[in-house]
Amino acid sequence: MTAAEATIDHGAPTRARYGSMSRDRRWALRWSYFFLVLFAIFFLTPPLYMFITSLKTSHEISAATNPWWVFHPTLSNYIELLTSSTYITFFRNSAIVSIFVVCITMLISVPAAFALARMRFWGSAMLATGVFLTYLVPDSLLFIPLFKMFAVFNEWTGIQLINKWWVLLIVYPTLTVPFATWIMIGYFASIPKELDEAALMDGANYRQILMKIFIPVALPGLIAATIFAFTVSWAQFLYPLAFLTSPDQLVLPVGIITTLIKGDVYNWGQIMTGALLGAAPPLIIYAFLMDYYIAGLTAGATKG
Amino acid sequence: MAQVTLRKIVKMYDDTEAVRGIDLDIADKEFVVLVGPSGCGKSTTLRMIAGLEEISGGEIAVDGEIVNDVPPKDRDMAMVFQNYALYPHMSVYQNMSFGLRLKKYPKEEIDKRVQEAARILDIKDLLERKPRQLSGGQRQRVAMGRAIVRNPKVFLFDEPLSNLDAKLRVQMRTEIKRVHQKVRTTTVYVTHDQVEAMTLADRVVVMNKGKIEQIGAPNFLYHSPATRFVAGFIGSPAMNFLPCKLEQAGDGLNVRLSDTIAFAVPAERVQRYRPHVGQDLTFGIRPEHVTEAQPNGSKNLAMFDAGIEVVEPMGNETMVFFSINGTEVCGRTDPNAGAKVGATAKMAAHLDHMHLIDNASGRVL
Repeated sequence: MTAAEATIDHGAPTRARYGSMSRDRRWALRWSYFFLVLFAIFFLTPPLYMFITSLKTSHEISAATNPWWVFHPTLSNYIELLTSSTYITFFRNSAIVSIFVVCITMLISVPAAFALARMRFWGSAMLATGVFLTYLVPDSLLFIPLFKMFAVFNEWTGIQLINKWWVLLIVYPTLTVPFATWIMIGYFASIPKELDEAALMDGANYRQILMKIFIPVALPGLIAATIFAFTVSWAQFLYPLAFLTSPDQLVLPVGIITTLIKGDVYNWGQIMTGALLGAAPPLIIYAFLMDYYIAGLTAGATKG
Repeated sequence: MAQVTLRKIVKMYDDTEAVRGIDLDIADKEFVVLVGPSGCGKSTTLRMIAGLEEISGGEIAVDGEIVNDVPPKDRDMAMVFQNYALYPHMSVYQNMSFGLRLKKYPKEEIDKRVQEAARILDIKDLLERKPRQLSGGQRQRVAMGRAIVRNPKVFLFDEPLSNLDAKLRVQMRTEIKRVHQKVRTTTVYVTHDQVEAMTLADRVVVMNKGKIEQIGAPNFLYHSPATRFVAGFIGSPAMNFLPCKLEQAGDGLNVRLSDTIAFAVPAERVQRYRPHVGQDLTFGIRPEHVTEAQPNGSKNLAMFDAGIEVVEPMGNETMVFFSINGTEVCGRTDPNAGAKVGATAKMAAHLDHMHLIDNASGRVL
């Protein structure tokens, strides 16, 4: 009896099914890798090209040689940029703006998300939806009205907002706060209700529940929101282009364009070097917090 | 030291009344269990005592002081939740000491209390672990430990054993009882499991549809249920209910269950039942009071014949099922009585333990 069963177990139908499964899987993997390689090439070619170009002199860039090869490698672009005080100023402005924006975003969106996720009050659900809808309004639609508002503000109060780097601290959070809040609402909502009730019974007030329970438990979400806010404020182009003009007030993305393009003359070597160096800080942050970032985005998404 | 008093407690959710006017006095150090089917308002009542739900009407007082508007953190109560609700990022020690740390107790005092609670609950080896490294039973112990270290006025348990498997549930039930005997604190315990209610409680509060059906000691509820609901809810297997008619029979009364079966009402109950002669009533009797016929026919033992339909041997006893007038009846017989399916057995109903229920009001007469 057992022998018969054993034969059936290893019989043809079972093996065939297993075989077809693995063949299916093999094909799925082949296609996955095919597209992965395709996307890798697609996304990594531009930075590679930037890197190659950044090692060339202007003379070599304009010469009709193979653009994918460096014949006379030089670090002069890097040396010139890193010793140029304007580039360092852009870098410093960008860093200050981004760090402050991250802090402001977190200080606003974490308590806001906590309130919207947990403290049921009249209109809280509608407000949560409203926060997300705010995020859907593109900056290209907002920068002209904002410019007008700043001008009116100047007329009324005499305070000049245009062409000051710190105006970005007011403007960027309009982009980062809604999305960061939305991510955090998703995270906070996934924390079981009994946890705050247990803390309430243990004698915690809302501030303590937020600080001692919610923030540590939702740390991945917090990190995801931080990375998001940093990336947005580091890479934002339109607002600084519209609101800032003097070189000492400019941030990196706009600074590179406005100072290294002089009329028709494109200083390609330095543009590439500047962009490459400018991409480094987000890259470093990503590398450190990659796992959290991915986990964070999915958790926020499933809830929404 | 704490007495808890509930006066006409009402909870409204929009238009529906979840709790409809509850009066309950819980004595100091008493273990009270609220039991009832899901949706009967027992958890809501507990959460109102805890302060986690607003009270729509009535008053809750602790030691005579009305706490309706006192926030949960100032009520000095500790609660154990069904899903444990341990803080996932803290170790067992940190979980247990959280409440004390918030209240800024000195370190030595915190340590003393945590070690003491850990000793009572036998979790000393787990203090450094994170909740995710614990089994269900261990987590429940930690949740209880978190309550014990607080040394609160009142313990609140919200179905604490429902997430455990059957064997562990029995074990933890004994554990909870043992802890309550060591740490005598006023306790309110909510469960839907009548066995838990019976085994743990000093007094059981049976709730149904937002109202209290009956309050009493476990054995009292078991033997003297006030309503049909309590009679059916307490006890497993459940009480048998049969439609019946009360008839005059000479000086006494007869309970007629079918054309062929009628029992003489015990003499001491005749007076009580007489006003209901002629009414349609329900006859209730627990399975253990329906047994095989016994030779030394004691007083108030009614014999009848039953065609056995199902036999369930349990080892220590054998359950038999038969029908009277189309209604299934369960009886408990001695395993040696040799009940057989298809056979006609002589059965005996112990009428000292019978109940008559008024169909209209649902009250036991």
